[in-house]
Amino acid sequence: MSDRYSALSLARHALSDAPWPRAWRTPEPKSSYDVVIIGGGGHGLATAYYLAANHGIKNIAVLERAYVGSGNVGRNTTLVRSNYVLDGNTQFFEFSMKLWEGLSHTLNFNVMLSQRGQIVLAHGPVQLDVLARKGNIMRLNSIDAELLDRDAVMKLLPYLDYSTEARFPIDGGLLQRRAGTVRHDAVAWGYARAASSLGVDIIEQCEVTGFEISQGQVTGVRTTRGPILAGRTAIAVAGHSSHLAAMAGLRLPVESHLLQAFVSEPIKPFVDHVISFGAELFYISQSDKGGLVFGGHIDGFNSYTQRGQFAKVQTVAECAVALIPSISRLRLLRHWGGIQDMTPDGSPFICRTPLRNLYLDGGWCYQGFKATPAAGWCLAHTVANDEEHPLSRCYGLDRFERGAELDDYAIGNWTYKQ
Amino acid sequence: MRIVCPLCGERSHTEFRYGGDATKKRPAHGTEDRQVWHDHVFLFDNPKGPHREYWQHVLGCRQWLVLERNTATNVSGESRLATDAVTR
Repeated sequence: MSDRYSALSLARHALSDAPWPRAWRTPEPKSSYDVVIIGGGGHGLATAYYLAANHGIKNIAVLERAYVGSGNVGRNTTLVRSNYVLDGNTQFFEFSMKLWEGLSHTLNFNVMLSQRGQIVLAHGPVQLDVLARKGNIMRLNSIDAELLDRDAVMKLLPYLDYSTEARFPIDGGLLQRRAGTVRHDAVAWGYARAASSLGVDIIEQCEVTGFEISQGQVTGVRTTRGPILAGRTAIAVAGHSSHLAAMAGLRLPVESHLLQAFVSEPIKPFVDHVISFGAELFYISQSDKGGLVFGGHIDGFNSYTQRGQFAKVQTVAECAVALIPSISRLRLLRHWGGIQDMTPDGSPFICRTPLRNLYLDGGWCYQGFKATPAAGWCLAHTVANDEEHPLSRCYGLDRFERGAELDDYAIGNWTYKQ
Repeated sequence: MRIVCPLCGERSHTEFRYGGDATKKRPAHGTEDRQVWHDHVFLFDNPKGPHREYWQHVLGCRQWLVLERNTATNVSGESRLATDAVTR
């Protein structure tokens, strides 16, 4: 087991030749567990951690097909924020934001939360009205929000294009100061280490190939490392939720789509905030290493390839230059694609399923990373109590039947337009 | 990704617009079972592998196509006009 990280342990290790212990154990899978979690990403590991820490369930396995951090937890733009409009989303993502704020202490692992503030831009008076409404909704829910006029945005972000030639003039914006970025790898590693030290078995290189089902009840999983019996089983494999659910005979309101993200060559500190363009889906921030990190919309058709199409690279680059002309000669250093579950209303699932003892965390669309702590917290509650957490009751699989869709952007029933 | 349009030939996918799963069959008019409509509208097979799907050649002949494409590799195969696919 790893020892506690502290200034003292740092000094002790500095003076000794002994290497740091591995952050988490690598046990062989046992034949049976109280809870098996499929997916060793941020959500799966967070669920395991909160099951152990909040609910006292320690006999848990997290099964990861590849290695911890290889999936979407390391394939995002690391943004965290809680500026939503609809009841349900607003409270859930604010709860997540609060968990982020204490996470480094909770996990004894520095996840490098940087609350640098996020500014959503308005490119017309009507859009500014919409942002004012959003800000009011946030403030009614005790979430910080500040409406900025054009001058205030100019002061905070002097490097945007305010010229008369700007394709999209800037009229103002909405600032959430508590929003920011988190080092995404550290989130996976921190949860893995904390869960492992509470007794959770993290089993990498272990792909689930099927479920054991008898009389409408999931009793275990088949894996590439042998069968494992499970009291309760949770799926947290967003991107591949349909693929896993199909093994259990379930169809989900999910299509898998590809989202790309980009990092430029490193430059000196320049973009101090997270900026969201208002004219197209585009967001940009600067990493601690100096690279500009940005992303856009999904490629537009379902895909499991983890490899983006060039057309989207071009669109995103165009957005970047339209907003910040001075970066037009920066070169892209890295670029990656992640597969995400897209749902008909753009909102996720944290719920029971039609099969007993099988639980689902999926359908995360664009919001999986920022939801990591709250999703783990709520899924752990759902698994432990066989009942949804009050904050995630709105994220049931039955919400379309009930007419209770949560379409925060009012886009309509198209997974590939959400 | 390249898509072969039956009328215009091989083109970049950027000329096309994705239109969803083409294996879904719309329930008959007058179907009253809401579960049937729910499943039709909201549920997807979403396979990792061969997929039959609608595309519209918006920047070309503007026809709707049915395309066979592998979602695990993006290799696209045969396409035909959606009107042919429906009447066949």
